[in-house]
Amino acid sequence: MTSTIKQLSILLAEGKASSVELSRDYLGRIQALNHTLNAFVTVDPDKTLAEAAAADARRATGQADALTGVPIAHKDIFCAEGWLTTCGSKMLSNFVSPYDAHVIERFKAAGMPCLGKTNMDEFAMGSSNETSFFGPVKNPWDTARVPGGSSGGSAACVAARLAPAATGTDTGGSIRQPAALCGITGLKPTYGVVSRYGMIAFASSLDQGGPMARTAEDCALLLNVMAGFDARDSTSLEREKEDYTRDLAKPLAGLRIGLPREFFGAGLSGDTAKAVEEAIAQYRKLGAETVEVGLPNSRLSVAAYYVLAPAEASSNLSRFDGVRYGYRTPEYKDLTDMYEKTRAEGFGAEVKRRIMIGTYVLSHGYYDAYYIQAQRLRRLIANDFAEAFKVCDVILGPTAPTTAFKLGEKADDPVQMYLSDIYTIAVNLAGLPGMSLPCGFDGQGLPIGLQLIGDYFGEAKMLNVAHQYQLATDWHTRAPKGI
Amino acid sequence: MSLSIDDVKRIAKLARIRVSEDEAAGYQTRLNGIFGLIESMQAVDTAGVEPMSHAQDLAQRLRPDAVTEPNRREAFQAIAPQVEDGLYLVPKVIE
Repeated sequence: MTSTIKQLSILLAEGKASSVELSRDYLGRIQALNHTLNAFVTVDPDKTLAEAAAADARRATGQADALTGVPIAHKDIFCAEGWLTTCGSKMLSNFVSPYDAHVIERFKAAGMPCLGKTNMDEFAMGSSNETSFFGPVKNPWDTARVPGGSSGGSAACVAARLAPAATGTDTGGSIRQPAALCGITGLKPTYGVVSRYGMIAFASSLDQGGPMARTAEDCALLLNVMAGFDARDSTSLEREKEDYTRDLAKPLAGLRIGLPREFFGAGLSGDTAKAVEEAIAQYRKLGAETVEVGLPNSRLSVAAYYVLAPAEASSNLSRFDGVRYGYRTPEYKDLTDMYEKTRAEGFGAEVKRRIMIGTYVLSHGYYDAYYIQAQRLRRLIANDFAEAFKVCDVILGPTAPTTAFKLGEKADDPVQMYLSDIYTIAVNLAGLPGMSLPCGFDGQGLPIGLQLIGDYFGEAKMLNVAHQYQLATDWHTRAPKGI
Repeated sequence: MSLSIDDVKRIAKLARIRVSEDEAAGYQTRLNGIFGLIESMQAVDTAGVEPMSHAQDLAQRLRPDAVTEPNRREAFQAIAPQVEDGLYLVPKVIE
């Protein structure tokens, strides 16, 4: 149960374990712990074990790929044929997907059984998992605290060893922030590297799927499976196939790490600042040089994001009208009444707030003042990164300003909740790759995340920088008490 | 900028979300809080900055105008709230 994806793949290759055995072990742990953590919305052992048996049969014929037989959990935002796919919403609480997302197809083709669908903030809108229709996920390090969000179920299940890895999606920090709060490693690729086909849309110009696991090496192996061109996503990039593990072993001598001064100012908790400083010292020991960089417009990223993301969401979520799939209100007198009641009852409060913000900023007379202004700021934010990458290879800072906060602490105050993503959002606006990895604990024993930001298509470099740190430290091997 | 109760109701109407009288005040408070955060953008002079709609400046990809998807009407209609004779049913809109 403490094995990484890499170690499990070796066990399978050497015939020391079968996929059915591994899948049974994880399903057993899910059964024992999920009622406490609420990390999964749907578990279907028969389906999982059938996929595991197929993986074992495939290995027996000598047709196994690198990760064939290794089980994985999927965020409930990815459509998976025959699986309930809820996106954390009452609106889709009865939606059994008739098709597979591209990401699901890729994992199926790799022969990796699905352990279940993980809980998440409703339509990926949230930073604590408290907006899920299926109730909040609990942080395995302290069940009175949030796991972060929106990929909180994925982060919690990996941290609690209910799955060796999981998929996530990141629109403003939804892979990196929960990875930080749960003490795991998660990566958001460059926009366009992973297909969005079948990944339920929130803000299409920002959404990107990625892996969540225990180590950078595992994330590299999983990205090898997930990444790739898909004609059904109009923003999927046609690029040469990459091996994201290729640079893992490279030494860091001469690496230039950019430290954005804006990420170390007011609002950052003392424990987090200290842990990140210690990580910087560790990198210097590994031969890296540090250089101060400026991201002066990043302070405006939260404001710009809360115009652009809701604007795109208000358009994307207009498809939920009770006509073709999902929830429909039981009683209505005409078509408009049906739409309005279906959406009032099917969406939770945070989703409705964001749809309303988006509707407003796109409405006549406000479009230039909000939407266009936010797009101009987006350009300034992206330009800051371009300047910074002229003098460094990778940017480093904290992932989140604090460690995991208490359930309910910010649930009623959207603005405070939004500020938990203050260091992650700018990366989505620019479309850059970013990741979070464990770098220590605060005074209460809660994990702290270190954020790395790469230049466009700099995933292999970023994974190299993370992997070398993980060879020199053991934060990523720590498990919550009782796990 | 501050949204009035009437603004909130108008936005809800445009978004096709029923908001009751009781709920409107709660939305007003929280939406105004969020707009307070958003307003910080307005202080920045962005004259001459090209709006950025997307992370990659790519042209829309084109494909041959050919059928690529099989007909899966039955699978898709099996999950619809109400269908009849292969049609999606909604309340009558034309008398």
